[in-house]
Formats: sequence, structure tokens, C-alpha cells
Amino acid sequence: MALVLNEEQQMLRDSAKSFIQESSPVSLLRELRDRGEEWSPELWGGMADMGWTGIAIPEEHGGLEFGYVGAGLVFEECGRTLASSPLLSSSFVCSALIAELGDDEQKAALLPAIASGETIWALALSETDRFDPAATALTAAADDEGYLLSGNKLHVADGAIANKLIVVARTDAEPGTESGLSVFIVDRDAKGLSIAASPNLDTRLVAKLQFDSVRVAAADRLGDAGAAWRALERALDIGAVLSAAELLGISQEAFERTLGYLRERKQFGVPVGSFQALQHRAAQLFCELELCRSAVLKALQAIDANAPERSRLASMAKAKMARTAKLAVNEAVQMHGGIGMTDEFDIGFFMKRAAAASQEYGDYYYHADRFGRLGGY
Amino acid sequence: MSDADTFRQETRAWLEENCPASMRRAVKSDKDQCWGGRNWVFESEDQKIWLERMAERGWTAPQWPVEYGGGGLSRQEAKILQEEMASIVARRPLESFGIDMLGPALFKFASEEQKQRFIPPIVRGEIRWCQGYSEPNAGSDLASLQTRADDQGDHYLVNGSKIWTSYADKSDWIFCLVRTDFDAPKHQGISFLLFDMASPGVSTNPIKLISGNSPFCETVFENVRVPKENLVGELNKGWDIAKYLLTHERQMIGGFGLSRAGSKSTGRTAAQVIGTSDGRLADGGLRADIAAFEIDEMAFALTVERVVDEAKAGQGTGAASSVLKLYGTELNKLRNELLMSIGGSGALPWGSEENATLAQHWLRSKGNSIEGGSSEIQLNIIAKRILGLPA
Repeated sequence: MALVLNEEQQMLRDSAKSFIQESSPVSLLRELRDRGEEWSPELWGGMADMGWTGIAIPEEHGGLEFGYVGAGLVFEECGRTLASSPLLSSSFVCSALIAELGDDEQKAALLPAIASGETIWALALSETDRFDPAATALTAAADDEGYLLSGNKLHVADGAIANKLIVVARTDAEPGTESGLSVFIVDRDAKGLSIAASPNLDTRLVAKLQFDSVRVAAADRLGDAGAAWRALERALDIGAVLSAAELLGISQEAFERTLGYLRERKQFGVPVGSFQALQHRAAQLFCELELCRSAVLKALQAIDANAPERSRLASMAKAKMARTAKLAVNEAVQMHGGIGMTDEFDIGFFMKRAAAASQEYGDYYYHADRFGRLGGY
Repeated sequence: MSDADTFRQETRAWLEENCPASMRRAVKSDKDQCWGGRNWVFESEDQKIWLERMAERGWTAPQWPVEYGGGGLSRQEAKILQEEMASIVARRPLESFGIDMLGPALFKFASEEQKQRFIPPIVRGEIRWCQGYSEPNAGSDLASLQTRADDQGDHYLVNGSKIWTSYADKSDWIFCLVRTDFDAPKHQGISFLLFDMASPGVSTNPIKLISGNSPFCETVFENVRVPKENLVGELNKGWDIAKYLLTHERQMIGGFGLSRAGSKSTGRTAAQVIGTSDGRLADGGLRADIAAFEIDEMAFALTVERVVDEAKAGQGTGAASSVLKLYGTELNKLRNELLMSIGGSGALPWGSEENATLAQHWLRSKGNSIEGGSSEIQLNIIAKRILGLPA
């Protein structure tokens, strides 16, 4: 497939750009932060009206079935203005698990409300500070009435605002193995579940979940018991690549703002952008961003095509993007000088969000390791 | 069946019939490649037959127009030809600066008469060309070149010297930048001349590099007479042609960043040499470096692909060649660094002239980011022309 956007995709990108610039400028993030709020329900409603909540959901379940290249364009634009929403957790990662593992009844019951933005879902996966899905230890003990869930989940993105949770639990085998994992649907008000939310550096709330013998009906298991890995891996690839797309937008915007500053800011009587020491670093970063753009687009296409090398491409894209985003925001703050360190100036927001997005669905080291393993070393 | 499918079938059948078996092996050394020219000694009868058969169809230059001897293929057909050749590991029938560099410039800047005269022998591999650009005192600052061509009425008299002239000692003709106006600003007094390397007054001297023998030469011109009809484009407008041609050269050198088709990945090479434990290379530090390299290598290959696809779709930025040259050559240097580390002390032996060793390839790769415009020059170009940063 050619590595270019088709006409429909270009139109989607243009409409996404104008919507997001209008409805969620960086100043919205600042207002929310200053008010101590994580997200804007108005913005979420607007995203749903745009159809973004249903981009990846099949038409028969109320979605647009537009594909992941289109989704990537939306996340890139969201990255540019640091727009905060549960879009990734709910409409792409959780919906992918439901679409892949759910039976016809579950899909018909759950997907339309995700596509419309009515129900918000979060994925409860991590139990440690470093991303390692196979390490899942939270147990789901089977009995006559279904399952009892016991254990803890950490760093649950959108866990504070979600109505519904998909919980990855172990029904078999030892932590560290890919087999024996199952996924369950759990209501946020379930008895025995406590949710504690706290803000991260990017002002987004992450939740800590405690499961104290939480009762789950067998009918609320998605797919076969102990066999969730393949679908989980796909959903996490989707999460990794879309977070890479967001990081592309964050990095590109930080870079362009920095270029603007290099042209305007004068020291020693000349624009600082005339200094070769800065020009070469900017040029180097430009090259890295060009590579990232190719990597992200290819990985998105691989998800759409369900290509056999999907996982390796996803890890390549997230690893490349995480490393480049770090460079982009570091250079942005450094090249802005003192003003870049002030809270009053927006560039610091890009550094904060990039740090958080780089961790989501696996950081550079997780994905570089996986890329190597999948490459035979 | 679509036209493309028909073309693919016909091409496959023709290649099957006409590509000799010994030409269906990956190129292992420079000696395997055919450069053609007046003094070329074919390595084998097969090499000669393969060149002749491909040249007859114009497939040495597949997309050039038929009236100049080219193949007249569309971009899509040329891609199919390339794919079909790759699938049987057929090697290029002809390596040629005439095809990769001079030809595109002639199509854009030469007179009709010059095109008729110079292009068909390039396609047939009859004339081998070299490039006279850099001078001992004009490297990164190429436009300060001092080789002069003085107007003598019916001819120019060329005096000066060039350096880093690849294969000058084996080439038949040279395309050469000369100064024709010493009073004009440096970019505006340069002209683009073609002349026969057999002309009286031309001498070449090979340059030995840190990696051993090289194709590079120092080339000296002493009162070389060049007929005036060999001037390409307008007098004193040669810099435009030079820049155009450099873009092609950069793309060619940037291709070094791509792993060779069909070759083993750096990581798999390491796994074979060093061994793995639990599916991971046994040397953790080296493994991390290799993974970082291969991620960039893959993203770079995709970028080359994207640049081509965008150009086809008319979405190109047009400024990509500096990015590819810079990144591709730096990647190739890194690949060689990693291969040296993987080999350890086993990578240190010095080879013979025929069989260059890993160590020699590693040393040679250091030149990639100097030749064809150094990495620092590419960064300047990106900063100024693409990013618009102030001078």
C-alpha cells in the first residue's frame, strides 16, 4: 500500500484539525488544570458528534468503520493541542477487545454505546510501574456463580471517569506467561471494587483499582477463558500506535513552535535561529520527525490490513516515536531558554504530556526489546 | 487481465529466457558489477550477453524515452521490471554514472543535438562517464572551484585539477564544472563541460584511502582543448545543472542507508555470531544498540518509500534528498560500527585487494558522510531551505 493519505483521509485530517483547534486549544488544558478538572464533557460530546468515537467500530454496531489510518490522523491533531479525552481507552482499545472477543450478543449490547460516546470504558491492565502485560497477577477464581476477582490495578488511564472497565485477569498459569489470561467486563460500581484517582504531571487522572473479591458473572467474560492473549496483543498494538500518533502531533507542534521562536527571538543583535549550533540540531530533529511520520503511517496501515508483521511495526513505531518525542520536547524547552521553564508559557505542557504518552501501552525500552525479539534477536 | 499483469507476465517470461544463470546471483564485490565503456573487459561471456540483451530493449535505462535508446517504460512498468528482476536475484546489467547522474541532467539542460549524441551510448554502456566536481581547494565549498576554461574562439582551453573523481582512470568521458567567468560572483561564473578523457593534457592518479585502494582519483588538466559544442546549457549557468545533478547523487548515496535486499539483518547476524539466551541476544548492551539501529533502519527505509509514493501522488516536499543523504549515510556508518562490534577481534584482519574485509568496509563507510556533500552541508541545506531559518 502506498505510504500516502487518500482523499478521504486528507479530508478527515483537515476537519479534525479545524475542530480541535477550535474546541480544544492548549488554553483549554490550562483552564482545566487551573480548575482542577481532568477533562471536558463538552469536548467529549463534540468528538462524538464528529463521529470519532466510532471511527474503528463496525458499521453494523453504529460505527463508521473508517479504519486506523484515519484514527491516527485524529490523534495526531489531538496531540498538537494536547486535547484530553478518553478516546483512546474507550473507543479504540476497549472497543477492539469487545469487537474481537465478544460474542454477537455482547457486541450488539456494548459497541453502539461506545460508538455514540454514551458509555466510557477504561482498560485495567497494569499492576506494576513498568509496562508488562504478561506479568498480570490479579486472579479471577472460577466458582459456580462465575468468578471472583482479587488484586490491584495501577495507572488506569481514564479509570476515574469510565462507567465500565475491562479487567485483564489471570484464570490460569503463572504471572509472566502469555497464556491463562482472561478479560472481564466490570461495572465501576461493582461491590468490592474501590477506585482512587490522582493526577499525573500532564494533569490527567490515573486510577488505582482495588479488587476485593469482586463478583463477575460468567456471561461478563469476553471470549474463552485463559485465551485472551492474541486479542489483547492486538488491542495493545492499537493503543501503542495511536499513542505514537498522538506523540507525533505533540512533537511536530513543539518543533514548529520552537522554529517560530528561533526566527523571532533576538540575542547578540541577531535571530538565535541564525546560529549554526541551533540550526543543525533543528535540522537533525526535522529528519527524525520525518522518519517518525513514515513509521507511524506504516504501522497504522498494518493494523488496518491485519498484516502479519503488525506487532513488529507497532513496536518500531512506538519506540521510534517515544525516543523522538523525548528529543523534541527537550530541544523545545532548551531552545526556548528561560521562558521555556516558566509555567506561564505553554511549551512545558508538551514536555509533560509527551512523558505520559510515552509510557502508555509501553515505553521505548519495552518496544525496543519486543522489536528485537520479534526480529529474531 | 490488466495491462500491468500482462506486462508482468511478459517480463517474467523474457527474463527467464534471457537472463543468464550466472547473472542471477547477488553482487558480492565490485568485480561482479559491469560498468561498460570503451576499455571494459567483460568478466564473462554471460556478463556481456546480459548487458547486450538488456541494452537492446533499453532496459538499462528503463524509463528513458525510446527515441534515445531507453526502455520507454512507465513508472509502474519500471517498478514491475525491478520487482521481477529482484525475484530472480538478477543483477543490474550496467552500473553507470551516465544513467544515474549525467543522463537526467542532459534530458533537462542539453540541446537536442547533444541528447542524440550522448544519451544512446550511455544506454548501451559504450561510454563510461566520470564526474569532475570537487577540487583540492573546493570541497564543501564546491562553488569556489578554480578549474578554468578560457575561450579560444572555436574551443575552450581547460586548466586545473579535480579530486575525488571516481573511476577517472577507467572512464571515457568526464562531465566537469569549470570557471568561465572569474569576475562574477562565485555561483554565476561556472559552466558545465563534457570532454573526452583521452584528450591530450588529461592525466589521472588514483588515491589510496584509509581503507586501501579506491576508485577515487586526482585528475589534472593541462591545456585540454574542448570543442565549444560540448558546453551544456548556457555559459556561466552551470551551477544550476550542478545543483540538479547533486540532488541525484545524494539520492544515490542516501541509498546506502538501506539494508541490502535479501541480506541478513544486523540483529540476526549478531544472534548467529554471539548466540541467544531466552530469545534475546546474549550481549544485552550490544542488543540494545542493534535494536535502536534497526528501528531507525526500518523507519528510514519507509521514509524512502514514502518520498517516492508522495512524489507519485504529487504531494512531495521536493526537499527530501538532503534528509535521505544525511540519514542514509549516517545509518550506514552505524551499521558498519555494529558489525565491527559483533565481530570483535575477528573483525580486525586486513584483506587483499580483491577481498576487502569487514574492517576495510568499516573504514570506507567513514567517507559516506563526507562525499556528495558532507553531513554538515546537508544540515545547512535542511536548516535554510526546508526550515527557513535565517542566514
